[in-house]
Amino acid sequence: MSKFRENTLKSKMVNRIHRRIVVSGLLKASAVALLGWHIRKLQIEDSEDYKLLADANRVNLRLIPPSRGLIFDRLGRPIALNEQNYRVVFIREQTNSPRNVLARLSNIIDLDLKIQDKILQDMKKRSSFIPITVAENLTWDDFARISVNLPSLPGIIPEVGLTRHYKEYETYAHVVGYVGPISDKDLKSEKKVDPVLQIPKFQIGKVGIEKKLEKHLRGRAGVSKVEVNASGRVMRELNRTQGKSGENIHLTIETNLQKFTSERLKGMSASAVLIDIESGDILSLVSTPSYNPNNFVLGISQSNWNALLNDERKPLLNKATSGAYPPGSTFKMIVAAAALELGLIGLNDKIFCPGFYELGSRKFHCWLKGGHGKLTLQESIQKSCDVYFYELSRKVGVKRIGAMARLLGLGQSYDLPLTGLSKGLMPSKKWKKERLGTSWLVGDTLNVGIGQGFSLATPMQLAVMTARLASGRQITPNLIRAPNTAPTEPKPLSITENTLIAIRKGMFDVLNEKDGTAFNFRSTDENSLIAGKTGTSQVRKITREEREKGVIKNEDLPWRMRDHALFTCFAPYKKPKYALSVVVEHGGSGSKVAAPIARDIMLFQLHGGIPPLTAYPETQKLEVRNRLLDIAKKINLSANINLNI
Amino acid sequence: MSFFIKLIYINWPLQILILATALFGFLMLYSVGGGSWDPWTKPQMYRFFISFLLIFVMSAISISFWQKISPFSYILGLALLIAVYFFGETGMGAKRWLDLRVIKLQPSEAFKISIVMALAYYYHKLPVSKVSHPFYVLVPLLLIIIPAFIVFRQPDLGTALVIIMIGIFVMFIAGVHFGYFLFGGISFFALLLVLFKSRGTEWQLLRDYHFKRIDTFLDPSTDPLGSGYHITQSKIALGSGGLFGKGYMQGSQSQLNFLPEKHTDFIFTTLAEEFGFFGTIGLLIIYSLIVFLCIYSALATTNKYSRLLITGLCMTFFTYFSINIAMVMGLLPVVGIPLPLVSYGGSSMIVIMLSFGLIQSAYVHKNNRF
Repeated sequence: MSKFRENTLKSKMVNRIHRRIVVSGLLKASAVALLGWHIRKLQIEDSEDYKLLADANRVNLRLIPPSRGLIFDRLGRPIALNEQNYRVVFIREQTNSPRNVLARLSNIIDLDLKIQDKILQDMKKRSSFIPITVAENLTWDDFARISVNLPSLPGIIPEVGLTRHYKEYETYAHVVGYVGPISDKDLKSEKKVDPVLQIPKFQIGKVGIEKKLEKHLRGRAGVSKVEVNASGRVMRELNRTQGKSGENIHLTIETNLQKFTSERLKGMSASAVLIDIESGDILSLVSTPSYNPNNFVLGISQSNWNALLNDERKPLLNKATSGAYPPGSTFKMIVAAAALELGLIGLNDKIFCPGFYELGSRKFHCWLKGGHGKLTLQESIQKSCDVYFYELSRKVGVKRIGAMARLLGLGQSYDLPLTGLSKGLMPSKKWKKERLGTSWLVGDTLNVGIGQGFSLATPMQLAVMTARLASGRQITPNLIRAPNTAPTEPKPLSITENTLIAIRKGMFDVLNEKDGTAFNFRSTDENSLIAGKTGTSQVRKITREEREKGVIKNEDLPWRMRDHALFTCFAPYKKPKYALSVVVEHGGSGSKVAAPIARDIMLFQLHGGIPPLTAYPETQKLEVRNRLLDIAKKINLSANINLNI
Repeated sequence: MSFFIKLIYINWPLQILILATALFGFLMLYSVGGGSWDPWTKPQMYRFFISFLLIFVMSAISISFWQKISPFSYILGLALLIAVYFFGETGMGAKRWLDLRVIKLQPSEAFKISIVMALAYYYHKLPVSKVSHPFYVLVPLLLIIIPAFIVFRQPDLGTALVIIMIGIFVMFIAGVHFGYFLFGGISFFALLLVLFKSRGTEWQLLRDYHFKRIDTFLDPSTDPLGSGYHITQSKIALGSGGLFGKGYMQGSQSQLNFLPEKHTDFIFTTLAEEFGFFGTIGLLIIYSLIVFLCIYSALATTNKYSRLLITGLCMTFFTYFSINIAMVMGLLPVVGIPLPLVSYGGSSMIVIMLSFGLIQSAYVHKNNRF
């Protein structure tokens, strides 16, 4: 191509580009003109129509709030219900002077100035057609008086709404949780805003199942399209889309057992979890002290809230799934299982316990000052010898202990519809390096081996661990009963049957052999023999001086410094059906405090009611009788107890 | 030229209009925030002023530098799009964001710049005689279609279409033979026809929610509480503003939470309701002046790269505001496109300010030949 031709082409192209830029500019200008024209049409020509719509807009769609799904227990007994609630709401647009109306209303019902101001503020924030709740839970008398005086109260509408009510509230508070009026913060965190949430004080789940299963429970709002006149009066309903009530939910928990457990734990800062081993169903999940969720439904008062928050026994916390404790000696089964599986010890091999274990210059003590002497594995579980497990955990090492713990369900959270689930903690070398910046010491392994040191487990995890040991299957807990699904048998654990049998036998001996740590709290009923393990976990360090002088007794320590008492068990021994864990915070010794509680709960479940005295050893019958009668009275259950011992 | 001397040659009227628009935006964010600097006005101001300074820095850097890095910007943009496909954050059913700790980046937004730079570079280098050669038309088409397809799969149909629109536009400006566009236009309408025919069949080409959006666009009353709700409410807000509006911070529709995205995509309605026809036309005029000044700058430059770059970026800006305004008036379906310099949001703000940085650089160095 000649230079000349190329140059002409080039200049031709320059012109073309020029032309096209100008043309595109003109096209843009005409697009803008079109937009402008349309804006003119909307804002000037049709403006009057839209202004009318903007006014009418307030009332032409009315939401009909869906009724929230109910929550039932295992046997269909109601736990969370919707109750009728007499209330008055106020629609701002229907009056010119909301303040005057409120003042007049305050002559009829109790409505102080502070509340009036708050109502007026709420109104400003929301569109004028949205009904603002003025007063709730009115008595019928108040409600009737307002209804009679309506002509002088423009904008005030008396209505019957539904509000959440919890039966058996205290015992279920931590599981079911509660609903509360939606807050601005809740509204912001919602990704796709459901129109019903716009209704002020609409109740949504805040904690527990109510929160986690909110989607299922809420349902869908219906919409009623109404024609309104200029003053906002509803003339007629144009059409109505039916909403959908929320789904009902059936828990796996059984109310009588739950109430019995709550009552048995009353007065303590404690928790208990009972699992059905075959299905993984949680039959009871209790944490004490509890609180009244009904106080939250209409919004809790600041003073009540502060009282709950500042209570050192933490009533708001679900200790069964959110509390993580050093598992103490209940952890010993894990070390034993790991050692047996690895072939590091035989069933007849013995280890000598002189009462302490020396590691370099450090001395690790057994809880029994004089030592246990020579022990087999089974005896070491029965007597909960610490030295035995120092030796064993050193052989196994923290890595393999951790692997076994995870296999048995520790250090992980389960898929439960509860808030604030804790994962517990199964430490590793890497964890310590990252978290504390120091390297792992053999001493750390020894401490972990007896369930002290860094390891933490929730009562839920301990119950799962026990269920897995008792069944040899990978039990996972569940809280919701899915209707019409056949239970699938959980997969077997990769632990040999011989190992499991040895450990179960050790746990059996804990309660049923004379030297067992919980021998006093055995069941004497041949059909409901219990096997279990005690645990007493320290929350403070015992100094060398103190040990020489004699360890301070729990009773002499302030509450916060006392040991946690743990007990985990399964029953019946021969054909395990239930697994249970009990943790009493700062309760003292696991064998003295936690074991008797666990026995009562387990026997209750095995007998389907207040247990008969025949299941208790002769010497304890009187004490047990008084206790059981007392509980039976409180929870309104008939006790079939022979009063003549 | 030193940095400060270069500043003299900046297109100052353009710079001032940008500032004015942003100030207008702060005013609106303050209003939808319920008369509060939090949570929107303050972060928006920080973002704006930092990137406003960035324009000055960018404009002092030679346009030939920007030209040289154009291919890399394309490669980087594409890499980010692919990264978002694999590591992106999912929000509202789509993977659009990359969390880079410091900022949440939306690569599909940034790509609107990359595509313009890449095509301007391409046509700058391509001998004039080959511009309309079929093979050399196919190459830029692929450069456009591949990233647009990735964006479409995020799924973000709106942005994908905008990328295609901008790309085709640059090709048009670059002087590709008109016949191609005629042919393209006809096949586009044919494609639309096929898309609608595919609905409900097993080879359905769009997701259900796309069709639903189109439905509600065509008849908002079909879903008064769902997506049609936005359009109906926003039209009411707009229309009820009237000639002079209801007054600053007095808009009943927007102040009362009727509009879900009132601080981002629907902010124009607040403006319309509170300032009325004068406010909306005022903003439209400012936008038009910005576009006019860009076109003026494009014609003032002497090299092809600058010309294509400015017109392309100007088109990006134009698509932002025209689509947004058309959308809130119910003239286009609701796609997530913000009102430039006014809507709250980081990614679009950065993209717009970077575009102006490039435009100013091209303008300052308008006599550079390379």
